[in-house]
Amino acid sequence: MPPIPEPVLRGHPFFAGLDPSHLDLLARHASGVAFTDGAFLFREGQPAETFFLINGGSVALEVAAPGRGPVVIQTIGDGEVAGFSWLLEPHRWEFDGRAIGAVAAVRVDGAGLRAKCTADPLLGYELMRRFARLATRRLQATRMQILDVYGHAGTR
Amino acid sequence: MLAPGDVGQRAWIEARPWRVAAARQETSDTVTLDLTPSGAFAFLPGQFNMLSVPGVGEVPISISGDPADDGHVLHTIRDVGAVTRALCALRAGQRAGVRGPYGTDWPLAAAAGGDLLIIAGGIGLPPLRPALYQALAQRDRFGRVILLYGARTPDDLLFPAELARWRARSDVDVEVTVDTADRNWRGNVGVVPNLVDRVLFDPRAATAFVVGPEIMMRFTVRALLAAGVADDRVYLSMERNMQCAVALCGHCQLGPFLICRDGPVFRYRRLDRWLGIREL
Amino acid sequence: MPGYVLRRDALGQLFDALRRRGFRLVGPVIRDGAICYDDIESPADLPAGWTDEQEGATYRLRRRDDDALFGYNVGPQSWKKYLFPPSARLLPPEEAPAEPLAFIGVRACELNAIAIQDRVFTGGRHPDPQYAARRDGAFIVAVNCGQAGGTCFCVSMAAGPRATSGFDLALTEMVAERYFLIEAGTERGAEIVSELGCRPASAEQAATAEAITERTAEAMGRTMPALDLRDLLYDNLDHPEWDDVAARCLACGNCTMVCPTCFCFSVEDVSGLAGEDPERHRSWDSCFTMDHSYLHGGQVRTSTRSRYRQWMTHKLATWEDQFGTSGCVGCGRCITWCPVGIDITEEVAAIAADS
Repeated sequence: MPPIPEPVLRGHPFFAGLDPSHLDLLARHASGVAFTDGAFLFREGQPAETFFLINGGSVALEVAAPGRGPVVIQTIGDGEVAGFSWLLEPHRWEFDGRAIGAVAAVRVDGAGLRAKCTADPLLGYELMRRFARLATRRLQATRMQILDVYGHAGTR
Repeated sequence: MLAPGDVGQRAWIEARPWRVAAARQETSDTVTLDLTPSGAFAFLPGQFNMLSVPGVGEVPISISGDPADDGHVLHTIRDVGAVTRALCALRAGQRAGVRGPYGTDWPLAAAAGGDLLIIAGGIGLPPLRPALYQALAQRDRFGRVILLYGARTPDDLLFPAELARWRARSDVDVEVTVDTADRNWRGNVGVVPNLVDRVLFDPRAATAFVVGPEIMMRFTVRALLAAGVADDRVYLSMERNMQCAVALCGHCQLGPFLICRDGPVFRYRRLDRWLGIREL
Repeated sequence: MPGYVLRRDALGQLFDALRRRGFRLVGPVIRDGAICYDDIESPADLPAGWTDEQEGATYRLRRRDDDALFGYNVGPQSWKKYLFPPSARLLPPEEAPAEPLAFIGVRACELNAIAIQDRVFTGGRHPDPQYAARRDGAFIVAVNCGQAGGTCFCVSMAAGPRATSGFDLALTEMVAERYFLIEAGTERGAEIVSELGCRPASAEQAATAEAITERTAEAMGRTMPALDLRDLLYDNLDHPEWDDVAARCLACGNCTMVCPTCFCFSVEDVSGLAGEDPERHRSWDSCFTMDHSYLHGGQVRTSTRSRYRQWMTHKLATWEDQFGTSGCVGCGRCITWCPVGIDITEEVAAIAADS
């Protein structure tokens, strides 16, 4: 069941502290969407013009390689945000995003927002800050995963 | 003059041969031995025994079972060397040398009255499981009881049936994650520290018990502190080379601490200044 | 303690009295160009007329121009070779030694070192029965040093040069006068003094003996800076001096072998080829070995820097938190026997200089 965007946006911790006028703007660029189990929200390499606030269910970030099958590198759950490639060139999704179970989300039109950010640098700064934090967290998590901390003999 | 074998003065090195009641293969490299104590035995959650195979060697292994069940003393062992391999190869009816229990325990009494977070990475779940059993046995003493657990892949998850049973309970919150998975896994993929933000709890009176690889523990502590948990309410279980378990051989030093005597469970605040020093 | 006079030529009677009581006598002898500890029968076995010259990375024996029996300081061995043998069997348990030990010629620094190891091996919740079996009943004949060594710093570690406790008998050698001032520290020591028919020392004789140790105290070869070593080292675990010493240190572990307080041991299982006759052994280990900190398929302390830091901070700082005392008695062996002459007192001074 697709959610109504406005209450999701207003209540979402990711946008906490954002000016009400900016929240209004976001709401005008947002729509509620729903995905069935296994459906793709986005595909690697495709133009990234949107981002998603997940409002139910879980999204798997996957990468597929010949002979390996799809590997899930991260899941993004209820209350989290998927997608920051909309904000920076080359605006292409880096991974596949696939619904695990039924997923409800608020999809925000990133392309439209980009234009508004250029016009209103404060909005741009506020969004950039939040997405930079998101990217940093993902980076830290990815680094931990690379370290393969459980993989070495003798780890607890 | 003190001679070995004097009544009441059993030498610290002496172990008792306990019978293996059952050996359960948990994952490809991890086995749980169900050992029957040869005499009266009691332990506190977080403590460990020294397990030995004569002629092969002796290693410290956390006790992973229910403290209330004194007929079955469980030890979950990962095969990482000659001794653990020999232990993992034991079968019902055979014997393992046991001495213990040693070490400090999880301060469940101190955690009462608030939310309890039990956070495990990899083979860190076995030393925490006794604490979870005990917390569930006194469930009303705690606020929320939360288990956060991560492993490398879904095949490496320990105790999956129990995880499902805990998850099914309405009075326990369970979040499990893996570092990487294929499509057959429909749960979380990501790191344990990021689970801290996913769960609802009141940091002001929360206590956290954390065990896992040191990197995972450091990042998890960071996430807990960022969420507002006090640094004197976070506890870690530390590990170093350990040979005697009785503060004689000098190996398990971590700065001023002897892990066999002052740990393995430590309050984070006490360890803080030492954890950041490389090769300590 | 009141002093008595033991004539030099009656020292042998002291040895006899101990042997009558069933003790095995061990004391200083010359071997391999150094003064080591070994079984002794009579005063003739002692290094009469010899002294040692010690400096960083230097140890030489030199002839004295008198025939003092104890006219040297400490050599590469310490009494821990008897109380805590370099290798021993833990399981099946070894038999307790047949004869109790009598240590002849224990210096004040060594008395303190023994007390420090007593605390480690028998002062905790799980005493070590092998150490206790050798320690209980060991008879100690201490000697007050008549000279200070080039690397000695017992004064600044408050561990000498005067023997004040922990002995059955203490001797101060009056070389030219051909006697020892002998003091009893225990009842069984007093029994022997009485059995030997020693006459009480005069006030003047006592004062002369006192003056000898005072002179020794003023002649220390080294000084440990008078600082709170624990705080200094805890606050400087990333000091550049560690890199400096690491460039010199060979991680040979000599310091840990000669140190009278180092106690690390490793445990190893052995058996026949078919797994029969399993035994568990222990042997001296050193924090300078790579294996000492083995964990999770690797080592915690891989660099020489980290291992030197571990040894020195354990000895001077963390030992206090672990056992309630310092680990160092200022005997200077680590300085003498380091092949590159690393000096623990200099290292402390260097860290303190710009901490």
